[in-house]
Amino acid sequence: MIWGPLFLSLRLGLIVTAALLVVTFPLAALFCRGRWRGLALFESLATLPMVLPPTVLGFYLLLAFSPYTAWGAWLNKAIGLKLAFSFSGIVVASCISGLPFMLQSLKSGMRILDPRLWEASYTLGKGRIETYVWVVLPNMAPAVASGSILTFSHTLGEFGVVLMVGGSIAGQTKTVSIALFEKVESLDFIIAHQYALVLVILSYAGILAINLIQKKQQRQTA
Amino acid sequence: MTHFYIKKSFLGRSRRDKNRSRSFTIEVEYALADGLLVGISGPSGSGKTTLLRVLAGLERPEEGFLTIENESYFNTLRGSFIPAQRRPVGIVFQDFALFPHFTVRRNLLFARNSPYDADRLLEMLSLSSLANHFPSELSGGQKQRTALARALIRSPKLLMLDEPFNALDHDLRSQVREVVRHIHHSSKVTILLVDHDSGEIQTLCDEVIELKAGECLNADPNAA
Repeated sequence: MIWGPLFLSLRLGLIVTAALLVVTFPLAALFCRGRWRGLALFESLATLPMVLPPTVLGFYLLLAFSPYTAWGAWLNKAIGLKLAFSFSGIVVASCISGLPFMLQSLKSGMRILDPRLWEASYTLGKGRIETYVWVVLPNMAPAVASGSILTFSHTLGEFGVVLMVGGSIAGQTKTVSIALFEKVESLDFIIAHQYALVLVILSYAGILAINLIQKKQQRQTA
Repeated sequence: MTHFYIKKSFLGRSRRDKNRSRSFTIEVEYALADGLLVGISGPSGSGKTTLLRVLAGLERPEEGFLTIENESYFNTLRGSFIPAQRRPVGIVFQDFALFPHFTVRRNLLFARNSPYDADRLLEMLSLSSLANHFPSELSGGQKQRTALARALIRSPKLLMLDEPFNALDHDLRSQVREVVRHIHHSSKVTILLVDHDSGEIQTLCDEVIELKAGECLNADPNAA
């Protein structure tokens, strides 16, 4: 029934969200506090997946992961990484596609954070890591929560990139969005409705959670 | 003895047009005897806060040095620079910069994990009853005292107060003035206090450094 693709999507969403939280935090700090002029080029590159058609991103990632291209062959030979048409492949692809969602949220959270708090922490003898863990992160909790929910929901609904990179292999790359597409194609509307309803409920719950977090934050800062 | 020489450019407000900023250069040398309470006065945009930030290690000067009790914390000639977290300097920011997610007591314990000293300082600054309150629940004066206690718990050799009387009403000003006097007498710490009101500084401080658009107007009596 519908559980296989659904669990696969939830697993994908959780892994991608957790990985992006770790990777994006230092990136957001670099983009917010870095003074280097060329930084804007990298920031734009990291944000590009947000506006790029998913099929375009998927196409280039498929080429990059393919064992028939130099890069893909190197990945395969040197570190035994087979990314095309595999679960690890769709994890990497979804991380790249979800990066701007996490990045934008963390950047907004970091920008509204009073810079005096970092400085106060330094003058109290704390280093960079202690300051991040004990001062920056707790004060960015709403931004971290919004970024995580947005990234998770986006990954759950991702279609173009996952289809291009992973195809539709049951138990490995057939996520709930792809399963829904296939059910519509085969005119099995009852199952298609079930998939769609689950996605609507999860997405609505995500947006509701973000709105509640923002409202709570507004009340606290008022 | 705390001895410093600082030369640094900064953006200040133009005297002709207050809405425009222009670059000034601050150049100050001063030697403070241990345990003195020294005031730095001057109008807004004269480089007072920049001076404190350089001494705290939050900004780098173009030229200069800082020695506290014969230990060097930066010296541009030698290319040495000890970062803020390793300087024996405490600073109370103009807007206090209390950690909003910590209670008053936890703000102190974050600076130094010594419950005994935290409780002693809270009592000294009449904050014991507010120990478990969050900064958002405090008045301006209470925030000010919490920030002072947090800076003092690390037993700094130099304590710097950035406009401690700013935005306080008359009663609170005299309260904070008494607190500063009390801290100075009880802890014998060397204090650098910045304020734009030279009258306030004259009544409170042992010595005064006057800054005007970055220049130091009065000669330093102690500098070699």
